[in-house]
Amino acid sequence: MSFLKLNIRNHLLRHLQVMLFSLGQLWRQPISTLMTIVVIGIALALPAGLYVLLHNVEKVSGQWEDATQISLFLQKNITDEQAFKLNSKLQLWPKIKETAYQTSNQSLEEFRDLSGLGALLDSLPSNPLPAVIIVHPSETHLDDDAIDSLLSRLGALPEVELAQHDMAWLQRLRSLNKTAKRGISVLGGLLSLSVLLIIGNTIRLAILSRQSEIRIIKLVGGTDAFIRRPFLYTGFWFGLLGGVAAWVILLASLRLLNGPVNELARLYGSQFTLNWLSGSLFLSLPMISLCLGILGATLAVSRHLSAVEPK
Amino acid sequence: MINFSEVYKRYPNNYEALSGLSFHLAKGEMAFLTGHSGAGKSTLLKLIALIERASHGQVLVNDQNLTRLPKRKIPYYRRQIGIVFQDHNLLHDRTVFDNVALPLIIAGENHREVGRRVRASLDKVGLLGKERSLPVALSGGEQQRVGIARAVVNRPPILLADEPTGNLDPELSRDIMQLFEQFHQVGTTVFIATHDLGLIKTLLYRQIILESGRLAERGI
Repeated sequence: MSFLKLNIRNHLLRHLQVMLFSLGQLWRQPISTLMTIVVIGIALALPAGLYVLLHNVEKVSGQWEDATQISLFLQKNITDEQAFKLNSKLQLWPKIKETAYQTSNQSLEEFRDLSGLGALLDSLPSNPLPAVIIVHPSETHLDDDAIDSLLSRLGALPEVELAQHDMAWLQRLRSLNKTAKRGISVLGGLLSLSVLLIIGNTIRLAILSRQSEIRIIKLVGGTDAFIRRPFLYTGFWFGLLGGVAAWVILLASLRLLNGPVNELARLYGSQFTLNWLSGSLFLSLPMISLCLGILGATLAVSRHLSAVEPK
Repeated sequence: MINFSEVYKRYPNNYEALSGLSFHLAKGEMAFLTGHSGAGKSTLLKLIALIERASHGQVLVNDQNLTRLPKRKIPYYRRQIGIVFQDHNLLHDRTVFDNVALPLIIAGENHREVGRRVRASLDKVGLLGKERSLPVALSGGEQQRVGIARAVVNRPPILLADEPTGNLDPELSRDIMQLFEQFHQVGTTVFIATHDLGLIKTLLYRQIILESGRLAERGI
């Protein structure tokens, strides 16, 4: 039992030694190591940064969750009574969830509050604003086709002068978001592949520069696993340090963006602040990088190590 | 311990290095392998170290049939053989201690045992004070002795040497040969390829002489 324990401890100790040895080897060539790490960092920070920005855009557009609404601007000659009637009639439509009626006077008050043009409005001889019915479609009719058919039906009502889909731009933004998300996934995939190739190539060069050492180790009875180990740990370190570099680059870039974004949000009177890295990205960025590092090293080692045989 | 029967070795360029070589080396025996260059000495050692495989015939080492040994078992087989090279084959970015410790580390020996055996091995070759030096700081003779210490550190039953005195002056060469004799005296099978006929004339061990890939004659 204690023999087994000693064996396991021995094994872990060896792994730790190889791990530190690999780190020491990287440390001895600081310039080339640093360059490789920064390249990995940039390649991973780019898609991650785009992801963070997209996440923030989603957060903004998500503030109007039930924002799909249609405004019905009523004819000038429609009385309040007729408008109420229309309003209650519309509430019975199955495609409509709820409606809200706003008289022309209420519209004027709202406009006065929002625009700050009170004095100018007071000088007008009559209220130029129409009464409005705001229609919220029911949840089962939120797709583009249903909205369009509802819009044309509402527009054809005799009391309605204009039916307007207020949040068409929001839907466009959301669909643009979806496209951008797909694009970022593709970009992320391609850049991950390039990280894999960078690490693979770095390990390949490390194998080439240590050919004589590999030959000697094979001659004194080193197994393939023993020879592979330091190179795999080199991949491990490149992956880990590259992930940390990506993380630092990302935080620095977001910090640079944070000031202008807050200023922009203030100008729009919004409470919006840039979201920092979420917890999951915080962890997954180095983890993904680590996996890419080990995978790249494994591929390089399996391709190039068997070619080195003692002469 | 080492048994060749009707061994042929033909390289891909059709050059036949060994042509029907047969000989036997008993357990604990010490012998020299001689012959002019190109006679097949290096090929013979490579077959024993399994760097090359025989094209025909059978090579038995320490009761293992090398013609049938699968590739994955080669590392474990090589741990039974200590090899000393003419150009030392040391790792130049590691200390003397780390170089000698390499076979033990590969075999997964525990930390305390590694330290103990490495120091014993360095003591035997007279380099105990140089543990922390890098190989470049040592003379040629000292580097060769580091190579020997590494070859014997895991107490292999067989010790092979390929021109171990090739780059050394006669006095150092005699020292190195005395070291090999000491290992022979404690029961190790020692097989040394050399062309230093002047040196081995004074040593009364069997000579296996190669000529164009065949056995020429037996020595004493």
